[in-house]
Amino acid sequence: MEVMIALMIATLVGSGVYLTLRARTFPVILGITLLSYGVNLFVFVSGRLSLNQVPVVGMSENPSDPLPQALVLTAIVIGFAMTAFLVVLALRGQGEMNSDHVDGGSDGESHKEDR
Amino acid sequence: MNLSILVLLPFLGAALPPLAERFRASRTLLALSAAALPALALALMVAPARRVIAGDTVLSSLQWLPSLGLDLAFRLDGLSLMFAMLVLGIGLLIILYARYYLAANEKAGRFYAYLLLFMGAMLGVVTSDNLLLLVVFWELTSLSSFLLIGFWSHNSGARKGARMALTVTGLGGLALLAGVLLIGQVVGSYSLGEALASGDAIRASGLYPLILCLVLLGIFTKSAQFPFHFWLPHAMAAPTPVSAYLHSATMVKAGVFLLARFYPMLAGTNLWFDLVTLAGMATLIWGALAALFQHDLKGLLAYSTISHLGLITLLFGLNTELAAVAAVFHIINHATFKASLFMAAGIIDHETGTRDMRRINGLWRYMPYTAVLAMVASAAMAGVPLLNGFLSKEMFFAETLQSDRLGAMSWVLPLGATLGGVLSVAYSARFIHDVFFNGEPVNLPKFPPHEPPRYMKVPVEILVALCVAVGVFPALTVAGLLAVAGTATLGGTLPEYHLSIWHGFNLPLLMSVVALVGGVLVYSQRQRLFRWHARLPEINANLIFERAMQAVARFAGALSGRLRNGSLQTYVAWLLAVVSLVLLTQLGPHLLSGERALLPLDGVALLAGAMLIVAAVITAILHRHRMTAIMSISVVGLVVSLVFVRFSAPDLALTQLSVEVVTVMLLILAMYFLPVRTSAESGVFRVSRDLFLSVVVGGGVGVMAFAMMTSDFNSISGFFLENAKPGGGGTNVVNVILVDFRGFDTFGEITVLGIAAMGIYALLKDLKLTSPGADATGRPWARDAHPLVLVTISRPLLPLALLVSVYIFLRGHNLPGGGFIAGLVTSVALLLQYVASGVGWMHHRMPGDYHPVVALGLLLAGITGVASWLFGHPFLTSTFDYIHWPLVGKFEVASAMLFDTGVFLTVVGATLLMLANLGKLSLLDDKGAGAAYDGDETGQGGGA
Repeated sequence: MEVMIALMIATLVGSGVYLTLRARTFPVILGITLLSYGVNLFVFVSGRLSLNQVPVVGMSENPSDPLPQALVLTAIVIGFAMTAFLVVLALRGQGEMNSDHVDGGSDGESHKEDR
Repeated sequence: MNLSILVLLPFLGAALPPLAERFRASRTLLALSAAALPALALALMVAPARRVIAGDTVLSSLQWLPSLGLDLAFRLDGLSLMFAMLVLGIGLLIILYARYYLAANEKAGRFYAYLLLFMGAMLGVVTSDNLLLLVVFWELTSLSSFLLIGFWSHNSGARKGARMALTVTGLGGLALLAGVLLIGQVVGSYSLGEALASGDAIRASGLYPLILCLVLLGIFTKSAQFPFHFWLPHAMAAPTPVSAYLHSATMVKAGVFLLARFYPMLAGTNLWFDLVTLAGMATLIWGALAALFQHDLKGLLAYSTISHLGLITLLFGLNTELAAVAAVFHIINHATFKASLFMAAGIIDHETGTRDMRRINGLWRYMPYTAVLAMVASAAMAGVPLLNGFLSKEMFFAETLQSDRLGAMSWVLPLGATLGGVLSVAYSARFIHDVFFNGEPVNLPKFPPHEPPRYMKVPVEILVALCVAVGVFPALTVAGLLAVAGTATLGGTLPEYHLSIWHGFNLPLLMSVVALVGGVLVYSQRQRLFRWHARLPEINANLIFERAMQAVARFAGALSGRLRNGSLQTYVAWLLAVVSLVLLTQLGPHLLSGERALLPLDGVALLAGAMLIVAAVITAILHRHRMTAIMSISVVGLVVSLVFVRFSAPDLALTQLSVEVVTVMLLILAMYFLPVRTSAESGVFRVSRDLFLSVVVGGGVGVMAFAMMTSDFNSISGFFLENAKPGGGGTNVVNVILVDFRGFDTFGEITVLGIAAMGIYALLKDLKLTSPGADATGRPWARDAHPLVLVTISRPLLPLALLVSVYIFLRGHNLPGGGFIAGLVTSVALLLQYVASGVGWMHHRMPGDYHPVVALGLLLAGITGVASWLFGHPFLTSTFDYIHWPLVGKFEVASAMLFDTGVFLTVVGATLLMLANLGKLSLLDDKGAGAAYDGDETGQGGGA
C-alpha cells in the first residue's frame, strides 16, 4: 500500500511540476492544483498509514495521528484560496495585457521560449 | 561613568549642526554646535583618564545581541585613551579650522554632521572591548569617510576617490570580519579582553596563518600599506580639513591602532615579522619615493603619510617590545605634525588658489607667520633634532639595528630605514624650500596671497607648539601617556627606555646625520631626478582601478542578465533544477529500507490509485483540451478524498470533497475567461528538459514519501489524544487541535483566507474581460444559462444543505465536522444557487457584499481569544461546560464553539467573496456595469 501511495504522490508532484513549467496561465493553475494535492498527501502520510483508526476519542483503540490531519485540513482550505488568487491574477493579467502568457506581453510576440 | 555615553556623544552631536543650519545659525554658531558634544566628551573623559593613568583599565558593558556574542562593551586603557585623545582633541581643532576653511555657500551643517559621525565611529573603534563591535565601528569609519571624501560631490574626482576608498577599505573590513570570526572560534568568545589573554592559544592554533592574513588585509587596506596604498592619494580630493583629520590622525591610523591592539594576540611569530615588516618596509620606501615626485602639495603629504604609516607598521613587525613602544610614540608624533602640515597646505591652497608646487614659490614674503609654522612642522616630519619626529625616528633607527631575524641579511633593515630617512628629509626640504623660497610665485590664481584669518591659524599653532614641546621636554609632556599606552599595547610590563634628545655618539645618531645630509643632497639634485621620473612610464592607479571595477560590473551584469532574462519559466526551471540536484545527490537506496511493516495492497486501493495516476498524467498531457483537463483533475481530487476516507481521516475527506466542488467551479470560470486556445509553443528541448525535471522531482518526492512512511517515528500527538477530552472538551481530536490546542495557528490561517479574499476583490475591481462566444472548436456556449431542471432542483436543496451544514458544525467538536467543513458546505449550497439562478437573482435575496462577513468572522475569532484575557488566561484559552436543554438534554457548550463560528463565517464570506465576484464579471461583460443586476433570471451566471 505504501508503494502505491508513494507512486501517487510521485505522479501528482511530477505532473504538477511539468504543468507549472508551461508558458500559459491555465496549465500553470492546473499544475499548482496538482502540486498542492501531492503536497497535502505527503504531509498527511507523515502521520503514517492506518486503517479504521479515526482520531476521535472512544472510536478507535489506536487512533491515527491527528496532527498532520489538522495541518492538512487548513492547508486544503488555504490552498483553495491561493488557487483562487492565482486564477484572478491570471484574469487580471489577461485583462491588462491581453495575454495569458506567464511573462505578460501581448500575444503574437515571440516569447523567450526556446532559448 | 559609562563609556558607552562617551562614544554616543559624537553621534548625538551629529544631529546638532544640521539642526542649527535649519535655523540659519551663523557659521561660528554652526561650528560651536558641532564642537559642543565632542568637547563634553573630552571633559567627561578626564575622570576615567585619571584612573587609566594610575594603571587601571576602565570597562563598561551592555548586552546587545548576547546570542551572537555581540555586546556593547567598551574599554579605556592606555592605548585607547591615547587614541581617544587624538580623535577628540584633533577633531575639535579641525572643527575650528573648518569654520574658516569652508566657503560661506557650502553646506557646513552637513559637513560637520559627517565629521561627527566619523568621530563617533573612530572613537568606537578605539574603545571597543568586543571584537564584533570593533568591526561594526570599523565599517562605520569606512562609510563616514566615504561621505567626507565625496563631500564635494559635484567634483568627479571626489566621487571617484570616495568610491575607491570605500571599495578598498570596505573589502579590507570584510576580511577583518572573517579574521575576527575565526579568532572568536579559537577563543570561544568575542570579548577583546579574553582574546588578548588567549594570545598563546591563537598563535598555536592551526587557523593562525589564516587569521593573521585576514586581519592584516583589513589593517593594510585601512592604513594604506603597499600594495593597497593607492586609494589614499585619490582621497585627497576631499576638503582639506578632512585630509588633516582622516588622513593624518585618525582613519588611516585605525589600521596601525589595530596592529597595536592585537599585538599581544598575534605578534611574536616569524610569520608576523615577515609579513608586517616586509609590507612596512616596502610602504616606507615606496611612499617616500613617490612623495618626492609629487607636484601637488597634498599629494606630497599623502605619500609622506603612506611612508610614515609604513614606518609605524615596520616597527610593529620587528617583534621587540621597544619597537612597539617606538611605534606608539611615532603614531602620536605623526598625528601632530602631519595634521598641522595638512592644515598649512589648506591655508596655502586657500590663499593662493592652487596646490601646484611648481607655481607656489617664495611665499615667505607674503605669509611669514604661516611659513614659520609649516617649516617647524616639516622639520619635525624630517626628523630634525629638538622636534618630536626626531625622538621617535631615533628609536626607529635603533630598533632596526637590533633585529637578527634576517640573519646575514640583517643590514637590509637599517639600510632601508636610512634610505627612508634620506627621502623623508628630501621631501620635507622640498615642502619648505619650494613653497616658501625658490624665487617668485608663478601665475597664481589669487595674487597676492596674505595671512589667513587669525583663528584659522590657532589649530596649527597648537599642534606645532606640541611638536616643539614634545621634542624639547619629552619627559615632562608625553612620557606619562606613552608609558600607559605602551603598557596597554604590550599587554604587560614596559621595557626600559629613556626619552631624551641626547644619547651620546652612537649608530642611530650617525644614521640621523646621514639622513639629514643625504636628504638635502637628494633635494639639491631634484631637477635631474624630476627629469628621470618624467621619462618613467606612468602608472595610473585610478585607471587600473576603474577598469577593474568596470570589468566586475560587466561580469555581474552579464551573469545576472543570463539568469534573470525576464522569463518566469526559466526562473522556475532553475529553482527546480537545484531541487533536482539536491534530490539526485542526496537520495540513495538506503532510504528504501524502512523498518515498519507494509500494509497489504487490495484491489480497490489498486484501482483507485491507478485512476489517480492516470488522471494526473492525462491532466498533464492533455492540458490544452481544457474541459478534459478539468474533468481529469476533478477525478484526482475525488480519489484524494477517498484516500483520506480510507486512511482514517474523515475530516479531511469532508473538507477535500467540498473544496473540490468550489475548485472545479473556479477552474471552469478560469477556462471561460482565458483565451480558448492554449497554443503549443514549447520546443523539443524545452519539453524534454521539463520532463526530466518533473520525473526527477516527482520521483524524488515519491522516494522521500516512501522512506518516511516506512520508518518508525515518535509523534507528539499522544498529548493531543490524551488531553482532547479533559482539556479541550471534545472528542474529535482534529477539531480540538484546530480550535483549541493550535487555535492561534488557525486564527492566522483564517486571516490569510480573509486577506486572499480581499486581494481577489481588489484585483477584480474595474477589471474588464471579453467573454468568448464559442469554445475552441467553434461550438457556441449554451444560451440557456439557467436550465429549468437545475433551478428547480437546486432551490429545495438549499435549506437541506444548510441544515446539514448546521449539523456538521454542531457535532464538529466531538465527531468529524466543524467550522471549516460547515463553512465550505454552506458556501457550496449558496454557490449552487448562483450557478442555477444567476447573480442577479441571488443579489435580490442575499447581502450584496461579503466583506462584512469575513470581517465579522475574524472579529468573532479574535474576540473569543481576547476574552480569555479577562479571566486571566493566555490568548485563546478555551473553556467548556455542560448545560441541559429541554428536549435535547445534556449539551456541551465550549468557548471554542464561538471561535469555530468565527472560522465558519470567515470561510463562507471568503469563498463567496471570491466566486461571486468572479461570476459577476460575466454580467459586467454582457451588459455593462449599470445593468449588472437588472436581469432577474438572465445573464450568464458563473459561465456554467
